[in-house]
Amino acid sequence: MSILINKNTRVMTQGITGKTGQFHTKTGKEYAHGSACYVAGVNPKKPGESYEGIPIFATVKEAKEKTGANVSVIYVPPPFAAAAIDEAVDADLDLVICITEGIPVRDMIRTKYRMQGRRTRLIGPNCPGVITPDEIKIGIMPGHIHKKGPIGVVSRSGTLTYEAVGQLMEQGLGQSSCVGIGGDPVNGMKHVDIMKLFNDDPQTEAVIMVGEIGGSDEEDCARWIKANMKKPVVGFIAGATAPPGKRMGHAGAIISGGKGTAAEKIAVMEACGIKVTRNPAEMGKLLKSVLK
Amino acid sequence: MKIHEYQAKEILRKYGVATPRGIACFSADEAVAAAQKLGGNVWMVKAQIHAGGRGKGGGVKLARSSDEVRQHAGRILGMMLKTHQTGAQGQKVRRLLIEEGADIAKELYAGMVVDRGSQRVCLMASSEGGMDIEEVAAKTPDRIHKVFIDPLTGLKDSEADELARRIGIPDASLAKARPALQGLYRAFDETDASLAEINPLILTGSGDVIALDAKMNFDDNALFRHPELVAMRDLDEEDPDEVEASKFDLNYISLDGNIGCLVNGAGLAMATMDITKLYGGGPANFLDVGGGASAEKVTEAFKIMLRNPNVKAILVNIFGGIMKCDVIAEGIVAAAKEVHLNVPLVVRLEGTNVDLGKKILAESGLPIISGNNMADAAQKVVAAAQGR
Repeated sequence: MSILINKNTRVMTQGITGKTGQFHTKTGKEYAHGSACYVAGVNPKKPGESYEGIPIFATVKEAKEKTGANVSVIYVPPPFAAAAIDEAVDADLDLVICITEGIPVRDMIRTKYRMQGRRTRLIGPNCPGVITPDEIKIGIMPGHIHKKGPIGVVSRSGTLTYEAVGQLMEQGLGQSSCVGIGGDPVNGMKHVDIMKLFNDDPQTEAVIMVGEIGGSDEEDCARWIKANMKKPVVGFIAGATAPPGKRMGHAGAIISGGKGTAAEKIAVMEACGIKVTRNPAEMGKLLKSVLK
Repeated sequence: MKIHEYQAKEILRKYGVATPRGIACFSADEAVAAAQKLGGNVWMVKAQIHAGGRGKGGGVKLARSSDEVRQHAGRILGMMLKTHQTGAQGQKVRRLLIEEGADIAKELYAGMVVDRGSQRVCLMASSEGGMDIEEVAAKTPDRIHKVFIDPLTGLKDSEADELARRIGIPDASLAKARPALQGLYRAFDETDASLAEINPLILTGSGDVIALDAKMNFDDNALFRHPELVAMRDLDEEDPDEVEASKFDLNYISLDGNIGCLVNGAGLAMATMDITKLYGGGPANFLDVGGGASAEKVTEAFKIMLRNPNVKAILVNIFGGIMKCDVIAEGIVAAAKEVHLNVPLVVRLEGTNVDLGKKILAESGLPIISGNNMADAAQKVVAAAQGR
């Protein structure tokens, strides 16, 4: 088992004719069961064409109807990416994973508003994507650093997630699924939404939760964990040394009005029974220490 | 992106928010001419810098004659204005706003932000204007009233009126408050603002509702569709190293430690800063070279880090995903040769093509200290920065 995606997932790429979309569609197709999983691409101007043997359709709806694709991954440039999410939601897909970085917040507010009451789930934007090791990889993460196993990983960052995975591998621990939820302030699934899925996933035995400064998603998740989580969770929060009022690369990584500091998040997480390391080099070791 | 008060007021006026009449000036002569043009017998001389707390720092003065306007303007222009938002050295004042005086009956507050909890835009208003709103939020949170705005309808008449009543605007002035609040929302929405604040929003003796101060920040990701806002950017107000970095599409922020950090990815970059501190050092900067950095970009990143005289050692921490370690290694070698590296360099490489990357560094003949993992690299760079 795993969460969100597995070898039976069927993926379409929105933005399959761009350089980034092509590169990561190809590496996704080459990873594990990828050749069966990647079934469609979308570009309104190039229906009938194909890339790496993957047929291209004019719309998400048509790609879904013709191929049975239930998940889309988006590499569309920022000015058009929110509309691409809207199209995938309107086509009633199970899951949309938006990799695109740099979407205006105003666009995402409207997209989230339109998604109310719809069943489509959204991961991202501004995220590395999701991988279920040895089954399927959707996104920009390096597949080869992963291995199937019992640990769930959820993070707002890309490379810091790879760092966590690398440390798990040093401890001999594989992963059930790794989910990058993205670094934007207005986004799809939050830490808590992913944690609920890991809690219900029989393969997952423990979870690493990697957060960063800004917002209060980690605190919300920590409170839910205290009340509901049946599995051990360990954490790290990046940005203890970040100055207030400065956007640290990610649009959502900003301490504003004295809120969203690492210290504040760590205090709430620890009060909720989550073991948190201050040392980003010790995420793997800490996780190993809480396994039964 | 930030703009000045006078620019924010120009924008708000376009959306129907009343403000005092004012003129932006760059010299004392211009300030006197502006006061004469505005007429009246009371003027405000206001320093224009991208930081709050200007009044407390001595950057806002009241003048009752042309001579006083000249005096205040002369003193404020060129001063290093220190506020709680500028840092210890202060910010040099290069622009002034000369405004007509206002008859203040009551000072209120109105501000807008993106609320991450509700994933909507939030309009906050308070009867406690003129103070730091964070202080009001801490001491008397019941005096801050919020509306979470439906993006399809905008701020409704009923919502604007209800909010105005709650902050103590009398019924007779509701018709004046409505355009102020709705104009503030429309300005925020249509300019892709990330923050808009009117503090204080005043009620005048004659019942008018006026924005006496204004602050707006914008979503950098949306600037591509706002050339009119980009034209308002004032590079003098920004950190010169950060401006230089932005030319090369590098995410750079100056900090006060002595270890230069070059990292791929924002989360890992923050974690790298944190770990240098944990081992007894401190980051001189945040620097995310991004996923697709070329050798040229890495070279520019080194140049920018080395402009900072405090930097005593550099730590490169790369976890290659899309970014291949060999490309980074080539960039480091090219940069080290071009920039005359005069401080110790510790490099930690992991991920895609890591062996090839390490080989390139080893064969370069450069005195690079290799870090086996993040902790090892951090300990080595802290020791190197301390001259050990």
